[in-house]
Amino acid sequence: MTVQSEVGRGGGLSSSHDLPLDLRKRRHLFETLVEGGMFASGIISILTTFGIVYVLGTQALLFFQSSGVTLAQFFGGIEWQPRIGKFGVWPLINSTLMVTTIGMLVALPMGLCVAIYLSEYASPKMRNILKPVLEVLAGIPTIVYGYFALTFMTPLLRLIFGDSVVQIYNTASAGIVIGILIIPLVASMSEDSLHAVPDGLRQAAFGLGATRLETALRIVFPAALSGISAAVIVAMSRAIGETMIVAIAAGAGPNFTFNPFQSAETMTGHIVRISGGDLSYDSLDYNSLFAIGLLLFVITFTLNIISGRIIARFREVYD
Amino acid sequence: MNETSARPSSPADEVFDDNVAWRHTRGGRWLLIFQLATITCILALSALTFNIVNSAFGLVAMQNEVDPDSLAVDGVDLEDLEKDALIEVLRDNVRAGLFRALDSRGPLNDRSRDELLVVILEDVVKPRAAATYPLVDSLLARAAIESEVAEKFPTAELEFRSWITPRFVTGSQSGIAEITGVRTAILGSIWTILITILVAFPLGVGAALYLEEYADHDRLFNRFIQTNINNLAGVPSIIYGMLGLAIFVRALEPLTSGAMFQSAVAAANVSANGRTVLSAGLTLALLILPLIIINSQEAVRAVPSSLRQAGLGLGATKWQTIWSLVLPGAMPGIMTGAILAVSRAIGETAPIVVIGASTVIFQDPTGPFSKFTTLPIQIYQWTSRPQPEFRNIAAAAIIVLLVLLLSLNASAVLLRNRFTVRY
Repeated sequence: MTVQSEVGRGGGLSSSHDLPLDLRKRRHLFETLVEGGMFASGIISILTTFGIVYVLGTQALLFFQSSGVTLAQFFGGIEWQPRIGKFGVWPLINSTLMVTTIGMLVALPMGLCVAIYLSEYASPKMRNILKPVLEVLAGIPTIVYGYFALTFMTPLLRLIFGDSVVQIYNTASAGIVIGILIIPLVASMSEDSLHAVPDGLRQAAFGLGATRLETALRIVFPAALSGISAAVIVAMSRAIGETMIVAIAAGAGPNFTFNPFQSAETMTGHIVRISGGDLSYDSLDYNSLFAIGLLLFVITFTLNIISGRIIARFREVYD
Repeated sequence: MNETSARPSSPADEVFDDNVAWRHTRGGRWLLIFQLATITCILALSALTFNIVNSAFGLVAMQNEVDPDSLAVDGVDLEDLEKDALIEVLRDNVRAGLFRALDSRGPLNDRSRDELLVVILEDVVKPRAAATYPLVDSLLARAAIESEVAEKFPTAELEFRSWITPRFVTGSQSGIAEITGVRTAILGSIWTILITILVAFPLGVGAALYLEEYADHDRLFNRFIQTNINNLAGVPSIIYGMLGLAIFVRALEPLTSGAMFQSAVAAANVSANGRTVLSAGLTLALLILPLIIINSQEAVRAVPSSLRQAGLGLGATKWQTIWSLVLPGAMPGIMTGAILAVSRAIGETAPIVVIGASTVIFQDPTGPFSKFTTLPIQIYQWTSRPQPEFRNIAAAAIIVLLVLLLSLNASAVLLRNRFTVRY
């Protein structure tokens, strides 16, 4: 209140001749407090990152310090059997990679085709129908996709390839549904960068006699490539970190196999299954989860940083 | 522009294809491929919806261990009996030990009529679905199903059942698929989300205002905050669960379990550990914080700087300018982003499983320190059960969840259209 009256006096014309006008920036307790509060909320995000690194790091360290566990065994072993002290992480990594690859095989072609169609072919009316469809797909919780994988995709695969070939829990079904899950992500991010390519480039191509397809694939697509590759990397990181679909459809129990029709637990699936059960704190099992979590965090964080770099580095600036 | 300067060299290398007809044919074929991909997307969405609806409705062969008609007293149906009569029915039909156990769990006299009916259903009538059939089969092959049921389950009664009913939505949790409800899970979701909003919204908007209005972006530290937020948005949700498990459930257990506030309201309901609504709410808040910040930043950025300059020029302080000019202009965008982030949090399953909420809970949560379950957790647990009837109620719970999310998203769109300010 005192501040306001001060402002009133300082700024008021009537009193300006008998008071020397103070033009210095005024100290303002409330303003400082507000700014401090906002700065603090900004800091929370950094604290979160440090919290993640600290928690995963210390628990993983405990894991690697326990007897019978070595880094070499962790990264070299192909058997994950905590009961008998075998902690080779490769079965989990392998199935994660398989699920991710299958997912990307579905999502990349589909997502890019949808993006090109939306950006280069679709009429505004079509876009207004299709974009909400993509948004709805993107807004459905992953648990629903998990249900879909188990009760629709798996029976479908078993119908096509036979019950004897396809197990009830398998990585193929989880991978395909993860692919469907990340189509909207690939499509909308790619569409954004295709859309950002200036119209002048297209018109120049049309003027030179290129067909619509040639313009789309040879002119617009390469110009938007950086944005598209960033989208692909983000999608990959999303597929690697996806949890509920694999937890429901890919099966329980680590299994080192390259057969997509067999059940195999991924890193995320393993973490969820073990922590969902009765787990005593500070046991070897508990700590091993954090080692896997750390690995998962490092992989996805690296991918996200790369994608961020690509966007920042190769951002096309057109006039 | 460097892209275009590099390009002219490439056409010189390749032979120019002057077969215009073929080029157009190829163009048409690819267009077909693009369209097919788009249609496949729509088909996937339809398959997803179809699959859920297909399981949520359909024929069921119901078998009761005790025929409810035989429980009628003096010609009055079980459903219409008074409370005292219901207790008598229960006393007559269960073993004395079970009756005492039920009474000690919650005095029968204090329970409502509806609760007593559920108890009778659970412990006396014991309805069981001997076989369930999906909607499509139920509609197209009813005759075949009828003969199959008549042959296999002669005592069963075939009825068309919608697994999602008002009773399912408002009923309390039970271990039996045929009579369970999702009220406990809905309340758990609501409590969790309330805490998430209370924590994440102010923090997120504050951080966004700091980054957009106060921070000097030439300073390395502020750029670091920005990069960090963008990266956090891409961290898998399960990692947040592990963070929540270590920090909120374990390290801050005295706080999150409510032990610090022992005298507080819900002393009777305070659980022994930190696996509470509060822990889950805080974990989800951290999870959606980056999303809220990024969305709010965009909304704040969209407010034209002429408004700020006008405010400052009139002598308003920075905060006065932000509070009365920037925030009102950015609010629709901020709200839209926040609602989308919240609907993400409602559907989130993995982090909540990791912090340890995946236990069987039959009691409604009553406060931040209650044990709880949420809708997605219930869907996960029911989907994981091998019995087919649990798939049916999982589908019904999914419909409840999707309706909840759809109405949230619709309100986001409405907000966006209603309050968007054009400058």
